[in-house]
Amino acid sequence: MTASSVDIALFAAKVGLVFFVILTLAAYLVFAERRILAWVQDRKGPNRVGPFGLLQPLADLIKLLTKEDFLPSAADKWLFYLAPAMAAIPAIMIFAVIPFGAPLTVAGHAVPLVVADLNIGLLFFLALSSIAVYGVAIGGWASNSKYSLLGGIRGLAQLISYELSMGLSLVPIVMLARSFSLTEIVDAQRTIPFIIYQPLAFIIFLISITAECKRIPFDLPEAEGELVAGFHTEYSGMRFGLFFVGEYINIIVLGGLATTLFLGGWHGPLLPPVIWFTLKTLAFAFFFIWMRGTLPRLRYDQLMHLGWKVLTPLALMNILVTAWWLMLKNHM
Amino acid sequence: MCMSVVDDIKALVGGFGVTLRHMLRKPVTIQYPEEKRTPYPRFRARIVLTRDPEGGERCVACYLCSAACPVDCISMQSAEREDGRRYAAWFRINFSRCIFCGLCAEACPTMAIQMTPDYEICTRDIMDLVYEKEDLLIDGCGKDDSYNFYHHAGIGVTQPRGEGMEESRPVDVRSLMP
Repeated sequence: MTASSVDIALFAAKVGLVFFVILTLAAYLVFAERRILAWVQDRKGPNRVGPFGLLQPLADLIKLLTKEDFLPSAADKWLFYLAPAMAAIPAIMIFAVIPFGAPLTVAGHAVPLVVADLNIGLLFFLALSSIAVYGVAIGGWASNSKYSLLGGIRGLAQLISYELSMGLSLVPIVMLARSFSLTEIVDAQRTIPFIIYQPLAFIIFLISITAECKRIPFDLPEAEGELVAGFHTEYSGMRFGLFFVGEYINIIVLGGLATTLFLGGWHGPLLPPVIWFTLKTLAFAFFFIWMRGTLPRLRYDQLMHLGWKVLTPLALMNILVTAWWLMLKNHM
Repeated sequence: MCMSVVDDIKALVGGFGVTLRHMLRKPVTIQYPEEKRTPYPRFRARIVLTRDPEGGERCVACYLCSAACPVDCISMQSAEREDGRRYAAWFRINFSRCIFCGLCAEACPTMAIQMTPDYEICTRDIMDLVYEKEDLLIDGCGKDDSYNFYHHAGIGVTQPRGEGMEESRPVDVRSLMP
């Protein structure tokens, strides 16, 4: 099959647009987080740069770019340079499989509003979210600092305690939609979003993705009160910025994923599909920020306890109940 | 066990409610250069040297403020006028050291040194924060506009003994020897 040049141009435009929108959103999410956290604490937050402080992300970017790119003398040079990219790239790659709008038709060419409609989209997400933690672990190890190392180790230990429950909480979704493709999962929720059928799976998934994007109350790898800044203690300038923006890309991507899997993706009345998808995703982002303003950090062992002794058994039970229910429904 | 889970969820939701309420509340921030709060009259900021109701300097250079100052930011040189009235030849407060504790104003017996509510004294050059006597002295009484130390205490004696109107010269005790 040979793709026409129009198809290639449309695809390139789509990828470029997704990149631009996600990176801009991530930068403005940092700003939104600072403002909302300030409101939670009865402050005003950054409002000096531009109208309402809206140019603050630009000022932050200039600051990060002009900072010294510091390399600790005992660090493993190549891994140290590589780690921020390893943390940020998988995060943005996950968005490739998320459908963010109804398929469009441009100049007679069908344009599905998803970068790559993989038939194993969900597995792709699980694989990439596991890879993303390598950036944390390697960044922590390569810095050759005790705080960084502890942060990296915590990142890994955290991964094995939430990843299992996250994967298991998605099994009922696959059972209901009968597909791993995120496009088909969205199609299966045309009438009723899966959150109605699977509230427990939704809660487990929500807790797990909070741990996945290393947000309070699960920000153990960073834990600024205990580990200075955790795995990115030794990073400065734009390398730190890459870790930082990767975290916010992660919030957007995982919020988009939760939207896709549980809230019916881009389906919604009245408003255009892309707007619905954006609104739902930003609602998740807001919830994460709200949660950061509300909850304290869990202790290391409490997270293990929650992941292994509470969430994983609950997710397993949820799978069994869903399977039983589906079997009954099919035999009736 | 079941009840504790319910209680935990209640506590979680309650916490989210508290933060949401605060999110909608008006921030307490005062945006300093644009908005300024009016300090109270007894606010302790820039220190001044006041004058008595007749317009003379109140300061008698007794060094009590300098001794009371916990950070030693006040220095002066005392001098005496012809009529025995003491004054400060020079008087210097280093505001880059001053902690605005107000102990100098408390120690002052003549109410010369006083705190004012003017808190905007920062400068680019730290040497500008060293205030000399002419910078400190104001044309006014400050807080107590009727107090005049010398109406209560009198000035030092300068004329030789026995030169006064109704005085006789002191007796030389050695001349009374048998």
